Amino acid sequence: MTRLLKISNSILALAILFTLMIASCRSGGKDAKKEADSVNVQGANAAVYEDIKQAEKIFYTLPSPLESAMLIKSAGAFFDNNLLNPIENTSHYSTNRSMGLNLGIYTCDLSFASLYDQTQLIIDYMNAAKKMADGLGILDAINEEDIKNLEENIHNTDVIMDIVSQTYLNSNSYLEDNNQPAIAALVLAGGWLEGLYISTQLVDMKDFNGNKLVGRIIDQKLSVDILIDLLETSKGHPAVDELIAQVKVVKTVFDKITLKTTPIRPEYDQAANVTVLKSEVQSDLTPEVFKELSATVADIRSNLIK
Amino acid sequence: MRILKLTAVLILFFIASGLNVKGQCKSFAKRTCLPELGSYTHDGNYHATVLTEGEEAELYKTFYSDMEYRLSICGDENLPPVEFIVLDVNKNILYSSKDANNASTWDFKLQSSQQLKIIIKVNSSGQQGGTPKSGCVAIMFGFKIKT
Repeated sequence: MTRLLKISNSILALAILFTLMIASCRSGGKDAKKEADSVNVQGANAAVYEDIKQAEKIFYTLPSPLESAMLIKSAGAFFDNNLLNPIENTSHYSTNRSMGLNLGIYTCDLSFASLYDQTQLIIDYMNAAKKMADGLGILDAINEEDIKNLEENIHNTDVIMDIVSQTYLNSNSYLEDNNQPAIAALVLAGGWLEGLYISTQLVDMKDFNGNKLVGRIIDQKLSVDILIDLLETSKGHPAVDELIAQVKVVKTVFDKITLKTTPIRPEYDQAANVTVLKSEVQSDLTPEVFKELSATVADIRSNLIK
Repeated sequence: MRILKLTAVLILFFIASGLNVKGQCKSFAKRTCLPELGSYTHDGNYHATVLTEGEEAELYKTFYSDMEYRLSICGDENLPPVEFIVLDVNKNILYSSKDANNASTWDFKLQSSQQLKIIIKVNSSGQQGGTPKSGCVAIMFGFKIKT
């Protein structure tokens, strides 16, 4: 009887230890990070912000796959289905690492296909993304109703973009709400790297100077630090640690580009009811550094889709 | 032994209720914040958390010169007003919702791409002695090609 009681106590103690471990994981990462922050206030409303000191929660946000695809299209780039991760590769992905990264990658490919009206590819890549989400146990991220809705509106880009946006929201909110920030970070990173891969591959070197797409690629220098910060909130997770090392190689190349920005001047456009943030930026990306960036990203991406 | 059991039950209860509150934030974000984006396409990113009055959150994001953006911030109806300020990398304030009658959305576009920081703060109700109120706060971004 005493022995039985001891065993029962041990099980209970283990249960408490386990729950405490889960609780401590939950309070880690982004939630736990606090920083002193003094705001450089201009003007008379300084007092309003004097008590802004600490943040309970920090969000590091990357351009979503849909935004990345939109940037590529708005730069006038052409569609090339050879750049997408083949859907046949879905059967290779069985770990949370590979499924998380490739959920981001396939969602980016899906977004890219959606904006270029590639009807069959849209359905194929939605199904590929669904396989990744299902494999990660993300309940109802992409359900049969979404696929049906997609098929019924296959020629309506606005509806397709809404569906893609909703399914991506379902995936990353599920991972965040179910305490899987490392997997959520891998999804975001996969999507960002795929967008960078596609855009670097689409640059025609004969048309390098003044190429709008090159400008959008330079802009990604602004996001690489955000990505590293995001991944570092899940530092210690083996898949994340490996990716941090790879993204730092990309950062090393981006660091060779200098960006000079003039101070931002907000101007309100009353007619359009929109604020215009005015500033000029200059950069010095050379074809050689671009080629290095392109090769580095392609190398990392080939490793991610293996 | 009984205390131990009670402790385990309480811990499990608090963890389960924490997960439930987080799940509610997703529904809140989709129900309340998403419609505020109007004709802008939601980027698909999810930023929502539970904040208590007096607390704040920060968000870092790169915005692109080819796009027009709408930023939408929503706070649970139980919370005091939620205000937000937008800063550049040098911490200069570019926009304050307080200076715009506590607006919950802000439409903007950029001449050149920039990394911006957004600080979201739940005001204090100023009531003494009561338990500070908590609730979901969501931040969403919509975009469209610059016209």
